[in-house]
Amino acid sequence: MPDALVRTRGLCKHFGGVVATDNVTLELNRGEIHAVIGPNGAGKTTLINQLTGELFPDAGSILLDGRDITREPPAVRARAGLARAYQIVSIFPAFSVLQNVALAVQATQPHSFRFWREAARDARLLDPAMEILARLGLEGRAGALASQLSHGEQRQLELAMALATRPRVLLLDEPTAGMGHEESRHIVSLLGTLKSDYAILLVEHDMNAVFALADLITVLVYGRIVASGAPDEIRGDAEVKRAYLGEKKKAPRRTGAAD
Amino acid sequence: MSTRLQFALGAGLLIALAAIPPVASLAGIPFLLTLFTRIVIVAIASVSLNLILGYGGMYSLGHAVYIGIGGYTVGILAFHGVHSGLVQWPLALAVSALFALVTGALCLRTRGVYFIMITLAFAQMVYFLTVGVAKYGGDDGLTIARRSSFGGLVNLADRTTFYYVSLAFLLAAVLVVWRISRSHFGMVVRGACANDRRMQALGFPTYRYRLAAYVIAGTMGGLAGALLANQTDFVNPEMLSWTRSGDLMIMVILGGSGSVIGPVAGTVAYMVLEEVLSGITEHWQIILGPLVVLMALVRQGGIVGWLSPKRHA
Repeated sequence: MPDALVRTRGLCKHFGGVVATDNVTLELNRGEIHAVIGPNGAGKTTLINQLTGELFPDAGSILLDGRDITREPPAVRARAGLARAYQIVSIFPAFSVLQNVALAVQATQPHSFRFWREAARDARLLDPAMEILARLGLEGRAGALASQLSHGEQRQLELAMALATRPRVLLLDEPTAGMGHEESRHIVSLLGTLKSDYAILLVEHDMNAVFALADLITVLVYGRIVASGAPDEIRGDAEVKRAYLGEKKKAPRRTGAAD
Repeated sequence: MSTRLQFALGAGLLIALAAIPPVASLAGIPFLLTLFTRIVIVAIASVSLNLILGYGGMYSLGHAVYIGIGGYTVGILAFHGVHSGLVQWPLALAVSALFALVTGALCLRTRGVYFIMITLAFAQMVYFLTVGVAKYGGDDGLTIARRSSFGGLVNLADRTTFYYVSLAFLLAAVLVVWRISRSHFGMVVRGACANDRRMQALGFPTYRYRLAAYVIAGTMGGLAGALLANQTDFVNPEMLSWTRSGDLMIMVILGGSGSVIGPVAGTVAYMVLEEVLSGITEHWQIILGPLVVLMALVRQGGIVGWLSPKRHA
């Protein structure tokens, strides 16, 4: 029995007449990567927004480690262990790379009502921040302004900030989007090493990455789950092929997918 | 903004401001001391506005209300025979803080232009209150018979002493904002200004931090009001009119919002210009207006940004 950290039950979200999330029930297990795939507009980001609390569902519930967080605001969920990396880079462009990550580390402290000590010299923020930057291969860019980073580096910073909040659950919205081949490969291998420590929800368009990494794949179409299962089951699922993978195209094989 | 440049500018300004009393007396222009006492006091309000405007992105168009609240608290207490500064001043700060807490709690639920309008609205409410209450002078204002007394500690009736007391408070205000802006707290306020959504996703309940900053700024504004009431021995609704709030905003932006020393430079520049130009023509705003526009167009970042070496993006 896998260790479910996040459970959603019957999540529904409408925007006017458009159904963005239609009765979605899924689980994120510790030590697993659960990929959510689907065509554009399938409601993947809307689902993440409901998990983080940036949107509230119209119906259904979300449990984090058994605790109902359906109506909790984003900051409370983040403190409870939910971290997100945005599809559209969301960093602090005027702060240095190190400051960006240090700010994320600061978010793990009980409160920030400290008015006198300089944050930029606080080793309790900087040391963990540097550690995470090193893990992502960004330590050489620590002093640069976040706005000076390349797009790929900004995505890595995005991920670094999510990790710096010491989460239990990572919600990753297309972490490799717009990255070069090399950077993308680096992120995929990094995610592979991360997965033992977290429950990861991965939204990704790169099917090579998805089939290389995922333990579980859920396919969303028009907000509804059309299939959910192990990568091999999904690869063979007729409905998935029709709805998403394309009937003529064969899904990539697992072997050598992460190269 | 480089720290070294700010230090240099700050030290220069401090030396120049400290030299005003002897210069005024040597040159035989006592008015110089009056003008600069006023400048130093208004600069405290600018520095406090900068905490929320420059670092927090909270464009308050009602910050002069705190000058009014601080001033009227001193004035009303004096009217009722309470002259001790140890009662007047803490109370002036407390009332300002309370007003900031209550109105800020509502204002900070809005953003952008709505925030500007609602801060203006609250300030106007107090403005019309001061106009309407005849007991405290209404439109004509309220004369303060005696300056705040601090026993034998300091004699505020002495012009030079009063000036240096005001300057000391300005220095303290700059120091406080400088420390706060770099503190853990300051990083949260700045982060919420740049990207509030991300801050919340990281786990910061940003509202309470922004509100705390708003209260700190309001309290410091109240201090400026208590000082100003003592300088002029008089309070009137004009102190907190919305044009005063606009002046404060211009001073902060002219000097360089988001730099600690900028608002001080902006206040000195604005008020000296106002004084010089109004000596030339009563329509001095016709000259000052375009100057401010030019400043904003030519180089963003105000005086401090203008002095600092060009940074490439």
